[in-house]
Amino acid sequence: MIATSVSAVTIFSILFLLVYFSSPLFTEGRIYEIFSLQWQPFGGKYGILPMCAASLCLSLSALVLAFPPAIGVCCLIYALAPRRVAQFFLSLIRFMTSIPTVVYGFVSVFLLVPRVRDCFDGGSGFSLLTATLTLSLLILPTIVLVFHARLEQLDPTLRLTSEAMGFTAVQQVRHVFIPAAGEGLVIAAVLGFARAIGDTLISLMLAGNAPQLPHSLFASVRTLTSHIALVLATDSRSMAYQSVFASGLILFLLAGAVNLLIRKAAKKSGRSPHA
Amino acid sequence: MPKRSDWFFTCLAWLSGTGILLTVAILVVFLLLRGIGSINASLFFGETPWFDAITGRKPVFDGIWPAVAGTFSLVALSSLLSIPVGIASGVYLSGYAPKRLRVFLGFAIDLLSGTPSIVMGLFGFTLILFLRKTIFPEAGTCLFLASLCIALLVLPYVIRTTETSLDAVPEHLRVLGPAMGLTKSQSIRHVLLPLASRGILSGVILSIGRASEDTAVILLTGVVAQAGVPQSLWGKFEALPFRIYYLAAEHKTPLELEQAFGTALVLLTLTGVLFLTAVFVQRSAEKRWKKK
Repeated sequence: MIATSVSAVTIFSILFLLVYFSSPLFTEGRIYEIFSLQWQPFGGKYGILPMCAASLCLSLSALVLAFPPAIGVCCLIYALAPRRVAQFFLSLIRFMTSIPTVVYGFVSVFLLVPRVRDCFDGGSGFSLLTATLTLSLLILPTIVLVFHARLEQLDPTLRLTSEAMGFTAVQQVRHVFIPAAGEGLVIAAVLGFARAIGDTLISLMLAGNAPQLPHSLFASVRTLTSHIALVLATDSRSMAYQSVFASGLILFLLAGAVNLLIRKAAKKSGRSPHA
Repeated sequence: MPKRSDWFFTCLAWLSGTGILLTVAILVVFLLLRGIGSINASLFFGETPWFDAITGRKPVFDGIWPAVAGTFSLVALSSLLSIPVGIASGVYLSGYAPKRLRVFLGFAIDLLSGTPSIVMGLFGFTLILFLRKTIFPEAGTCLFLASLCIALLVLPYVIRTTETSLDAVPEHLRVLGPAMGLTKSQSIRHVLLPLASRGILSGVILSIGRASEDTAVILLTGVVAQAGVPQSLWGKFEALPFRIYYLAAEHKTPLELEQAFGTALVLLTLTGVLFLTAVFVQRSAEKRWKKK
């Protein structure tokens, strides 16, 4: 039964190792070098701010793109569609979670990239836009399933009451269910965002990976996650390594912050976040 | 309440549903059309006779057999590591842990499941650096390390599904064990665990799917493009998802591209089958409770 402590120990050791390896940054006063806008390892510039900006940009735009359809599908499954259709959509969404990320990325390389290239004259087609489109597909099931679980927790009498008041199904969804599950919307959005920030493969395969500030939809950008993968895949100098550990630390702390946020929201509504 | 906006809302909902259905259909059909032609014996074993390849008598150079074997051993190893620990943790959390501890450990597990997989890979990488500095100067990334990190990645899922399956056992069955004079551990072993087994099993199957498709972790912990069939726990290895990623960026010939499509289809089929199995097991578990 000591087994559970394994996960607790793991968490602390991850934190310890990441801090341990990025500590030279803080002790040697190089922190400014890391948080600067230039990444030119051969010019001795190791700024990871462009990657932070790209990560935020990509995840936020994917969230904005995925959120409305996700909520739409949720309403279909919960109230609007006939039972069988609703069941089918729920299974479809669950199936989407089982599609490997690498397959999403792979298909996009051959389907989406050429289209983007042709439609917008956007250089190579490996861009913020391409990655955003694919990423939104990836995080959509997360949003749907989280919000759906929250809707399922609603008091069943709510449905009966609103039926009795003569609301149509659409009116029920719009004026009763969604307001009642309001914090579920927030939790679903936050979890979708976290999923987007943490994903490596989509941005690595589709975003183009140039370390620059995202200035347009067709710009090639590099996220924190692909930065880690790229730097470690090529042997580089120690300072570059330290920037990787800093990136890892940022991502890890972000994940922790998201977790705390969701716990707070769940506490407020007095329910467990796991339904 | 204006009717028009209601109508508009309904339209949007149906539109988004159809849109998603279409997108997924396009993705799967495209992969089927492009990949189905290249699925044959030579995709797996290249020019090597299949019997010799599987028994490891002859190396396979231009097939994906080494990647299949690599993924298989990775999944087997990480399951060995994560499933016993995960189920034991779930049992402890559900049956033994005092409330305050349960909340604290629950937080740690959530944090672990929220950790991006690339960070898990980075953890493995730093672990090696750490070992090099301290005890093992010649430690390197390898199959065992990758399995360990993948195991950590899926551990939270196994714990959570075990916990929720045990919590979902109805009250009248929960008091059955103590009523028959069993001790707590006996009642968990002989009453609760068998009752919750199918829910746990479906969670385990899904975690196997996750373990077989994750690329970011193995990218940093020892996967390479050409390693052959894994020989030992301490060597480099190949894996299906990495092969897809690698070929998408680096294919040199049309033949390699064909192979990449075939590989992607194989991986999708694998995770799809695992998913369907999990659903099937889950359904049969739910049916059991409805037979009251």
